[in-house]
Amino acid sequence: MSTLELEPEVLERLGRPIRGPSALGRDRTRFTRLAWTLSVLDFKLKFFGSVLGYLWQLMRPLLLFGVLYVVFTQFLNLTSDLPYYPVSLLLGIVLFQFFAEATGASIRSIPYREGLIRRVDFPRLVIPVASVLTAVFNLALNLVPVFIFLLIAGGRPRLSWLELPLVLLMLIGLALGLAMMLSALFVRYRDVEPIWDVVVQALFYATPILYSIQVVIDKAGIHLARLIMCSPFATVVQQLRHAIIDPRYLSAGQIFGTPLGLLIPVGLTLGTLIVGWAVFRRAAPRVAEEL
Amino acid sequence: MDALPAIVVDGLNKTFRLPKEKIHTLKERALHPLRKTQFDEFNALRDVSFAIQPGEFFGIVGRNGSGKSTLLKCLAGIYAADSGRIWVNGRLSTFIELGVGFNPDLAARDNVLLNAAMLGLSQREADRRFDSIIDFAELHDFVDLKIKNYSSGMLVRLAFSVMIQVDAEIMLIDEVLAVGDASFQQKCFDEFERIRAAGKTVLLVTHDTGAVQRFCTRAMLLEHGRIVATGDPETVGNRYLQLNFSREARAQLEQEARARQLHGQQPVEFMGDEGARFGDRRAEITEAWFEGADGRPSLTLANGEPATFAMRVRFNEDVTDPHFSMAMVNSQRMQLFSASSVFADPRPGLFRTGEEVTYRVRFDNILGPDRYAVTAAVTVGGGAPLELRERMLSVVVTRTRTTGTLVDVPYVQQVERIDPALTRQEIIR
Repeated sequence: MSTLELEPEVLERLGRPIRGPSALGRDRTRFTRLAWTLSVLDFKLKFFGSVLGYLWQLMRPLLLFGVLYVVFTQFLNLTSDLPYYPVSLLLGIVLFQFFAEATGASIRSIPYREGLIRRVDFPRLVIPVASVLTAVFNLALNLVPVFIFLLIAGGRPRLSWLELPLVLLMLIGLALGLAMMLSALFVRYRDVEPIWDVVVQALFYATPILYSIQVVIDKAGIHLARLIMCSPFATVVQQLRHAIIDPRYLSAGQIFGTPLGLLIPVGLTLGTLIVGWAVFRRAAPRVAEEL
Repeated sequence: MDALPAIVVDGLNKTFRLPKEKIHTLKERALHPLRKTQFDEFNALRDVSFAIQPGEFFGIVGRNGSGKSTLLKCLAGIYAADSGRIWVNGRLSTFIELGVGFNPDLAARDNVLLNAAMLGLSQREADRRFDSIIDFAELHDFVDLKIKNYSSGMLVRLAFSVMIQVDAEIMLIDEVLAVGDASFQQKCFDEFERIRAAGKTVLLVTHDTGAVQRFCTRAMLLEHGRIVATGDPETVGNRYLQLNFSREARAQLEQEARARQLHGQQPVEFMGDEGARFGDRRAEITEAWFEGADGRPSLTLANGEPATFAMRVRFNEDVTDPHFSMAMVNSQRMQLFSASSVFADPRPGLFRTGEEVTYRVRFDNILGPDRYAVTAAVTVGGGAPLELRERMLSVVVTRTRTTGTLVDVPYVQQVERIDPALTRQEIIR
């Protein structure tokens, strides 16, 4: 039964055989369209899914901001000498929530899309990409009040605002690299999620969000500050404060002492992307079977 | 240049590895970094090769676990093949595991657009087809209802409708007939008719040999991941029925029935499972069979052709004026046909001990396509059976036309012009 009476000429005209599911697929437009459709629908779900949908998306960072602001300015008084401290705190929170949301949502993204994965062939990478994209929409939304508050508080547009897209690109790249890695790992190892929760919590305190990097330099020395800045996420937060809010916030390059120091966080981001891609690409063809 | 095949599969193998003890967590992996996981191997497909030409309606039948669905998933690009090559020449549309994957929290509208995108349509194409999708699924009133509030029948209708309406050249359809009510099934049948007429290529995976024999131009039988037979649907369907009622299959079904009973569920009787034998055995029905129009024994009967039911009876005692009878029930347990010699004249008379007779019922087969079970009996006088054998035989009726009826009552029709000169009264009279 296994003999196939087909001439080689016919096989040649058929072109390449199909290869089964892969991370990227062959059709780039389809990839983009799918990622876009999935993330837009997800965003719509969050937005219109409940009565307070839109409001809630905006309120989450603002509420957290309110709590932290009261605690740290009224009771602890660590940071009040910094320019526009409230806005800078809000910016840090918004960026952190993006990071937590993008990576957190991607962990469960593959089981969440099980219905599609088991029934349709599509580029598997669409799934973590869509999770990150949904978080990007939220980030864009949440950055609006940051800029409004900054202008109200007296900040003025500067040329360095143009750094925003570039730095955000680094942040999104970092989130995507982790999203690919985590979503692929979760299919095999279900304890990835609680472990990652702890990592994200630790990252919150390991990043100058509540405190300023100046305090670290003053109290613990420049070396610890540089170590903190090795984290790509800390670099993103600090650099955006410098570029958007006020130049008195040290830039990442200033902390390292040389712009070459930036190679560490940028390199780590690229490394995360590469490792994430490698892990995901390896897992992609078998994902439908392992669910 | 002759047309290229729509699908070519060459030496396809697919093995699933089922881990004996699975490492589920990173913690365990960290504690036992070197432990190799042991696997049980399950060969779902072994060296499967076939080619399908454009425009074929290709049926794939086989028992549970024979590899049908795995094959379809390999063709759809959902599973990666272990070895072997697959060519798919044309755009695919799939209906696998009862649908295309819906998000329960989204309304039908969004789900349809999402699925259309999944199956390869652009936003504009999807928008254009949206109305016809909803039309076909008959879900106008529920377009903005969240999918989680849909009934399972509505879901299947919607999914099938999306699959049909994306206008792919090749369709892979897995067990659509197993769900949905009768009217939906009829709709599927009509749609199959239309697809076939439109010259699309279809792969239909099903348990329903009736549907295979009715629609398919060719069929394939899988067993334990191997191709057992390929060819005309008639032959393949019969092979499948034989396989299904082989000793092994019976044992398996009995086991399943026992398991169900253990779990407190209703035992299921299946067609072809021979029922009880009643009677005092003064006569015995030793065998029974159907004969087709050509007079040869057959497991299937074509609708619209003459057919014959035959049974052989051996008398163990002298019996005067026995009556022979038979009845056919369809898969819904509706009795659609019965024949009996009770009122036959002249009476058959005396049969001696040891004598054997063949009782034949010839009829014009107007039965609709289905699997029928036949109960046969020999009785005498007031009715206590000498022997009655419940569901001793099953037969499949095939039909090429679609009428959707249980039986095709023969009819003549007439169109008569009415003379306008006649008065109304005269017409009524």
